[in-house]
Amino acid sequence: MITLGHFLALGAVLFCIAVAGIFINRKNVIVLLMCIELMLLSVNINFVAFSRFLGDVSGQIFVFFILTVAAAEAAIGLAILVTLFRNKRTINVAELDSLKG
Amino acid sequence: MISMNTLLVIALAPLVGSIVAGFFGKQVGRAGAHWVTILGVAVSCALSMQVLWQLVVQQADPFNQNVYTFFQVGGYSAHVGFMVDNLTAMMMVVVTFVSLLVHVYTIGYMAEDPAYQRFFSYISLFTFSMLMLVMSNNFLQLFFGWEAVGLVSYLLIGFWYKRPTAIFANLKAFLVNRVGDFGFLLGIAGVLAWIGTLDYATAFTHAANAELNGTFSLWSGQISLFGHTWQVMSSAVEVQIISFICICLFIGAMGKSAQVPLHVWLPDSMEGPTPISALIHAATMVTAGIFMVARMSPLFEQSEAALGFVLFIGATTALFTGLIGIVQNDIKRVVAYSTLSQLGYMTVALGVSAYSAAVFHLMTHAFFKALLFLAAGSVIIGMHHEQDMRKMGGLRKYMPITWITSLVGTLALVGTPFFSGFYSKDTIIEAAEHHKEQAAEAAHKLAEMGAMAPEGIHGASSWIATYGYWAVLLGVFVTSFYSFRLLYLTFHGKERFRDARAGDHGHDDAHAHDDHGHHGAHEPHESPWVVTVPLILLAIPSIAIGFFTIGPMLFGTDWSGHHEQLPFFLGAIDFINPGRDSVMALKEGFHGPVAFALHGLKAWPFWLALAGFVAATVLYIVLSPEWPARMRNSRVGAFLANILDKKYWMDTIWIGGLAGGGLALGDVSRKIDSKIIDGVAVNGSARLVDLAANLLRRTQSGFLYHYAFAMIIGLIALLAVLMRFWQ
Repeated sequence: MITLGHFLALGAVLFCIAVAGIFINRKNVIVLLMCIELMLLSVNINFVAFSRFLGDVSGQIFVFFILTVAAAEAAIGLAILVTLFRNKRTINVAELDSLKG
Repeated sequence: MISMNTLLVIALAPLVGSIVAGFFGKQVGRAGAHWVTILGVAVSCALSMQVLWQLVVQQADPFNQNVYTFFQVGGYSAHVGFMVDNLTAMMMVVVTFVSLLVHVYTIGYMAEDPAYQRFFSYISLFTFSMLMLVMSNNFLQLFFGWEAVGLVSYLLIGFWYKRPTAIFANLKAFLVNRVGDFGFLLGIAGVLAWIGTLDYATAFTHAANAELNGTFSLWSGQISLFGHTWQVMSSAVEVQIISFICICLFIGAMGKSAQVPLHVWLPDSMEGPTPISALIHAATMVTAGIFMVARMSPLFEQSEAALGFVLFIGATTALFTGLIGIVQNDIKRVVAYSTLSQLGYMTVALGVSAYSAAVFHLMTHAFFKALLFLAAGSVIIGMHHEQDMRKMGGLRKYMPITWITSLVGTLALVGTPFFSGFYSKDTIIEAAEHHKEQAAEAAHKLAEMGAMAPEGIHGASSWIATYGYWAVLLGVFVTSFYSFRLLYLTFHGKERFRDARAGDHGHDDAHAHDDHGHHGAHEPHESPWVVTVPLILLAIPSIAIGFFTIGPMLFGTDWSGHHEQLPFFLGAIDFINPGRDSVMALKEGFHGPVAFALHGLKAWPFWLALAGFVAATVLYIVLSPEWPARMRNSRVGAFLANILDKKYWMDTIWIGGLAGGGLALGDVSRKIDSKIIDGVAVNGSARLVDLAANLLRRTQSGFLYHYAFAMIIGLIALLAVLMRFWQ
């Protein structure tokens, strides 16, 4: 029997993997973007799970919006990434420290 | 009737000359500059003589009127005004006459100087300032003139501003005069505070107010610092008001008239051109203090303590600065020390309440000392700007007019009977003697009364009076000695000016550190007429003015001493208690100038002057040059000469002690400022912020994952807090 707890645990695990991906990744900005996508997906799982167990579909509608926004975000993110690469000739995270104080 | 317009012209004509020569010097050229200034001063001089004539012969009323209101503050209004009585008129004539001759003389003396116009502008400005000083009818204008002459003196001492010594001398003069002026300003403030007016006439009528005889607390005896109060003295320091005012005013006079210990600037002021040494530092400006005290005589008469102080300072100056003159080798410095000594004589006269004698000596001294200075200047021209007397000698053959006029000046200075200096100096010495006797009598009376021992002020005034008398008496010998020494070294004896060329000074008068004068090689020559004519014109009053004016000016008789007339200084120098007038007390013994001179032959001063003459003659003519050198090299002689060479270490005290102390204090406060205020307080707080910022900026690594990490950690921490404290 699969309960709500299983879904929430899956969402939490995905979220933690995403966070760990952001922290540990030192090489590639694309991985960062993928991790962000993963975070959004873990949130989506939570939404779907709660929607199913509470019998309220508005949560599932939210998921559509989030997927749309995530797609747009990925497009913008990749576009920024391309210009970044043009300017800096690198997408190595360790070298992107222009915000350093 | 004296018209205000005349007085305005007298005061302003030199100012106009000064402005034209100063600001339009390039346009008017060298000749234009000297003509316009000479014209201005000549107009001033002629009108001053006219004013004196009106006052003395036509018996016009003294002039005392405000001309212009300078400003008004509350109940006090400051005026520019003139008070012209006999005292002022006499000063005006002396100032403008000497100034006129110095202007003419300058044409010759400064002929080769590139800053010719500037010099004429300055001396005319000086004449204006000095006239404002003497003609003033209130303390504020007096102070204006006082500072203005000080300023011009400063400018002229440093006239050759490329010489470091001249810059040093003018700074020294300026700073030492600040000390005196500070006292003077305090005195003026005292007059305003306690009498309530700065107008002379009003102030003098209130001089005898009982209130001024009271005391005020100068210092409570406590020191308050950082909220604590320490009782340093058991009781407050109480000072008599009138004594305080008078002593403060006299401190001003000490600065301007170069009295010990504020005399140190005057010898150094000889760095300026010789004409101004004659005009400012001998004849007029330095006598401003004497004039001021004579003018303030109604105030000074009220304070025995102040007069005692004046007498003591004057006597010290008269004797001890004269002694320094004996060892000087610079011709101008000898005359400068002689000026100090003579100013001391005038101050002694003020201290013994013989104000008219002081002013009388001021007048005669102005003529013969200006003469001596201008003669020294003429020698300097003749010697091609060589001032060292050891390189002169035998000049009388080459410069006969200068020699004769110098001789006249010297005879007047040492007090040869019938010369002007004799009458004035002898009167001062007799007045001092009279004062000594009076003081001794008063002390004796007090002792007899037995009520109190003659201590305190009366006892003190008795020994000060004795000291004053002996100082001026012995000063006569000193004066005579250095004067004839100067005359002999310069005009008589071996012609040493060629030695400098030959490089052979083995037989000179005691000197080891003689530098080779590059000008000494030229033959000396007599000066041009613009130089010698002023000498001759000054020689005439140096001989005769004392003879003809002693009766009218001092004793209220005509010149022959046989007919009574009104005293010259009536209304200017009055005594509330006529018994205190030391000059009038001598009137019994005065039977005309001839009798006075003949009586002088039997008195001590004459014999002392003669002794000085004989000593100088023996040492510098008969036994020269071996004996002066031998005396200097003997053990006692070297010891004494060292004291005099070092000028009693006064310069050391002033420059090393006070000026050095001031510098050290400035250094300490600069260190406090730069190290503590700037270093710790200002830069320290900035550095602290910098340090904190440096630590904080390490957290700004610029890596996205650091920020994300911090965000997550922060979020978790926030959640933990929320969960723990929710409710």
